[in-house]
Amino acid sequence: MFFWSIVLILIGIYSSYILGKSRIKKLVYSTNLKPKSQYNYHAQYVLSWCLLPALIVYFSWAIFEEQIIQNLILDSFEYVEGAAYNDGLLLAEIRNVANNTDFSEGKSQEIINAASQYKSLKLTSEISFYISIIIIMVLGSLYAVRKINIQFNAQDTIEKYIKYILIFCSSIAVLTTIGIIFSLIFESFRFFSQVSIFEFLFSTEWYPFIPIREGQAGAEGSFGAVPIFAGTFLVMIVAMCVAAPIGLLTAIYLSEYASQKVRKTVKPLLEILAGIPTIVYGFFAFVTVAPFVKSFGQSIGIDASPTSALAAGLVMGVMIIPFISSLSDDVINSVPQSLREGSLGIGANKAETIKKVILPAALPGIVGAFLLAISRAIGETMIVVVAAGTAANLTANPFENVTTVTVQIVVALIGDQEFDNPRTLSAFALGLVLFVITLSLNVLALRIVKKYRERYE
Amino acid sequence: MNSIVAQERIIALRKKRSAQDLRFKYYGFIAMCLALAVLVFLLYSIFSRGFSAFQKTTILLEINYDQEVLKLTPDSTDQEIEKGKFFKVKKNALNNVFENLSKSDAKLIKKLFSTNIDKEIKNYYIDNPSVLNTTQKLWVTAHSNVDQMLKGNSRRDVPEDRRKLNDIQLSFIDQLVEEDRIQKEFNNFFFTRADSRHPEIAGIAGSFMGSLLTLFVVFILSFPIAIGASVYLEEFAPKNKLTELIEVNISNLAAVPSIVFGLLGLGVLLNVFGFPRSTPLVGGTVLALMTLPTIIIACRASLKAVPPSIKEGALAIGATKSQAVFHHVVPLALPGTLTGTIIGLAQALGETAPLIMIGMVAFIPNIPTGITEPSASLPVQIFLWVESAERGFQEKSAAAIMIILLFLFMMNALAVYLRNRFEKKW
Amino acid sequence: MVENNNTKISAKDVDVFYSEKQALNKISMDIKEKEVTALIGPSGCGKSTFLRCINRMNDLIEICKVTGSIKVDNEEIISSSTDVVSLRSKIGMVFQKPNPFPKSIFDNVAYGPSIHGLADTKSDLENIVITSLKKAGLYNEVKDRLNEPGTSLSGGQQQRLCIARAIAVNPEIILMDEPCSALDPIATAIIEELIDELRLNYTIIIVTHSMQQAARVSQKTCFFHLGELIESGETNKIFTNPDNTKTQDYITGRFG
Repeated sequence: MFFWSIVLILIGIYSSYILGKSRIKKLVYSTNLKPKSQYNYHAQYVLSWCLLPALIVYFSWAIFEEQIIQNLILDSFEYVEGAAYNDGLLLAEIRNVANNTDFSEGKSQEIINAASQYKSLKLTSEISFYISIIIIMVLGSLYAVRKINIQFNAQDTIEKYIKYILIFCSSIAVLTTIGIIFSLIFESFRFFSQVSIFEFLFSTEWYPFIPIREGQAGAEGSFGAVPIFAGTFLVMIVAMCVAAPIGLLTAIYLSEYASQKVRKTVKPLLEILAGIPTIVYGFFAFVTVAPFVKSFGQSIGIDASPTSALAAGLVMGVMIIPFISSLSDDVINSVPQSLREGSLGIGANKAETIKKVILPAALPGIVGAFLLAISRAIGETMIVVVAAGTAANLTANPFENVTTVTVQIVVALIGDQEFDNPRTLSAFALGLVLFVITLSLNVLALRIVKKYRERYE
Repeated sequence: MNSIVAQERIIALRKKRSAQDLRFKYYGFIAMCLALAVLVFLLYSIFSRGFSAFQKTTILLEINYDQEVLKLTPDSTDQEIEKGKFFKVKKNALNNVFENLSKSDAKLIKKLFSTNIDKEIKNYYIDNPSVLNTTQKLWVTAHSNVDQMLKGNSRRDVPEDRRKLNDIQLSFIDQLVEEDRIQKEFNNFFFTRADSRHPEIAGIAGSFMGSLLTLFVVFILSFPIAIGASVYLEEFAPKNKLTELIEVNISNLAAVPSIVFGLLGLGVLLNVFGFPRSTPLVGGTVLALMTLPTIIIACRASLKAVPPSIKEGALAIGATKSQAVFHHVVPLALPGTLTGTIIGLAQALGETAPLIMIGMVAFIPNIPTGITEPSASLPVQIFLWVESAERGFQEKSAAAIMIILLFLFMMNALAVYLRNRFEKKW
Repeated sequence: MVENNNTKISAKDVDVFYSEKQALNKISMDIKEKEVTALIGPSGCGKSTFLRCINRMNDLIEICKVTGSIKVDNEEIISSSTDVVSLRSKIGMVFQKPNPFPKSIFDNVAYGPSIHGLADTKSDLENIVITSLKKAGLYNEVKDRLNEPGTSLSGGQQQRLCIARAIAVNPEIILMDEPCSALDPIATAIIEELIDELRLNYTIIIVTHSMQQAARVSQKTCFFHLGELIESGETNKIFTNPDNTKTQDYITGRFG
């Protein structure tokens, strides 16, 4: 389908272009007037009317075709009484049979029927796809050709179309935000229709285990997210205890003490640290730091969990060191030179200048940097998924196992997803909390940093 | 206080103050060294674990390709060969690894070999049909437990019940080592195979291809859209509330945790639009949306760097706005734009969490060939291997990390090169 | 000197505002065909602003608002229905700092004709490029290296390349915004000679800081001060016997 539609589109591009050009040439020839726009623009005009609607149809077809076919198949599927069905598995099986990629024998008749129905639907869909694309291309071109005349300002129209396309491009970012908010709120709403919002926000019991069958005895999940928030907070605190001093001192050293040469080598090295994928940090936490923390705990007489908050937090701290150091570096560098000179001029030494003049002056900016780092730490996923625990545990002891918001999102979604089950939906409620918190931290931080910048500009 | 007294006091304090000064400087220095030391330690702990994965252990096996046992003739068709009784040949060979093996020992011996060796024996025959009715010495893949033991990744000085290999099996291995019938060779499986339940034959080819396809989708989507959006915001957009909203939105979107994009992919792309699950198509789309802000910000910076006089020159000879922009400004901003895009792609390459959300964590034992086929991606593969209980997967994950770091390094080097080579200073 | 009375551009009551600030106040003047008109005045007096009204380059500045009327060949150009693109193809412009495109010399000149569809074949295009370069007095210097980047030329050559680029779209008017201010005296002299030659075929309006330059190249001179047109007339008269004392003060170097 892909190859032939490309061919089709190329033919469309070529023929509509030629059509537009010959049409305006003929008009010029017969009326002997000078056209308002050049031939090329008329041709481009016809081309865009041929192409753009066809592309819209192409993409919506590509997106919705499979979905529609699946629904049709499921609607007409002859369910056998008493057998358990899973829509996803069923569809996969039907598709495999239809594509001759399922070699196991003894397929039931209803599957074979559905597979042949699937095949015929696919074929119908493909044929109608090509027909509709061709019709749309032809209609679009004809419409555009009819609009062409000597007075028609094709150039302006093309210019307008380009602008619309560009506006569409920039609206993608807005659509993404709307999509995020929509999906989070919509699914969270479904979650809160099954679990009370008070339980979620204030209860301290998190057992997201839901009865597999209706009426299964004794298995009632409870969704109190307090231990999760507490765990997230604990890991974040550990991370900040590592990253804040090291990152800030590194930034001070680099911007105030280090020679040009040191700066030029260290900064890219720190950037390497920043560019390492988080799963790599997760690996590091899991195979190197966690065993170390455990044996360290044993040596001081504490029984550390193999998935302790400390191990995850330490590594997360390492991850955000470059983040804090580069942001603080910017902030410190934007403190005006005159303040430094003023302090050094009355005989203060460098340390005193930094501690008494530069840091206070840069404080809002540094606070902003820390807030951004906190937001980053809270939203970080892979380190905690690999190195922190999955069981919710309300504790302030960093040697114990804790879980975080992001871990719970992953845990809820990594297996079977059932969108009528609060366990799956809880991911979206947690995601909503995460989104709101990180967003407000960011807005706050950016506002602080911006105010700070304005002060020195 | 007169000036002499003041001078005295200052001098008295000077030593203490300069000591403080020096101390503060050292704090900074130590902090910096600590950060760098962690980097070195991290790389060391990965490389030291990962290198061994580039080798695999193989054992020499004498295989008798007996016509009778195989139930094949020299003129057998491919289909007949496919159904040949190679497992019987294998069984005979395993029974004869050492002389006079008891039944229980033979069972233990069998566990020293990979389950893949049936295929290796068969493939050798397919490549060399002339070996029918001869006895061949073949190096076949050892089981991961043997491999790990010989590489020193699992220890033999722990009690027997906590080992994967018992004492008898260890003695067999020692004997094989003594007789030079066991060796390490380059692990071609690691680069040519997809994921497997068996560590010794698991490879990154599948997930690597998945990553490549995903990045392809990311590039196709994000590059033109980022250019369009930045051109609009830099050159066309009127200064109004709506434009401001878009700009604020982009900068905030850049700070949204990646996992939230995963939820977007799941909630909207999969559930509403019905994108095919677990595929590079949906993974790439999610990652494209995620990296878009990064690329747009870089794009806008490089568009801004093109001097307005170039655009004015074009406009003054009657170019339309879009001609001036697309003929002159955009080509000049292209190196910067590409640099930003490569950095965005590098970010996308290392991203794991959103891909887990949209189901790219499934166990996929074959190499994907299209963007609508289920596939894994390198970082997700690493995640799966890290989480796996099998010892043999740990070195695999470290080695996969080495590969991904290599690629990130190359991409960043390319970005730096492009920036230095093509970016004009005005 | 051949006198002619064909008015090419006629401005009436032109006001220009940057947001609230008024940059030009009720400018009215007529500019004759195939003459060089110099706009002089101290910096910030609005002469460049006025020049940029004529080809609507002020549109690029969002806060800039122009009212009044400017007619080119009796056609109103200060109106939303004006086709800016074809207006600019009729009015070439040369900027203060030479701004060749970072492309080859050939492509620099060929760009205008190709977007306006002036050449049907490749050899037509080559002809246009060569003629324009010749008219700009640059051809002999660059004929062997038409494929080298325009930015590799010297400043004076770059400016002549920009003139060739403007000429290539067959304009009737050429606006020059301090074309020599970034050039050395020798390059300036060459450009000034070129302007004198171009006068035979084009209506030229030149903004200049240098009164000597205005005296050397122009037939008419307009003196701007603080956004107002103080005096305009024959260059000879302005420089020898101005009516207004401000003009007198400026040209004798008392301010500016």
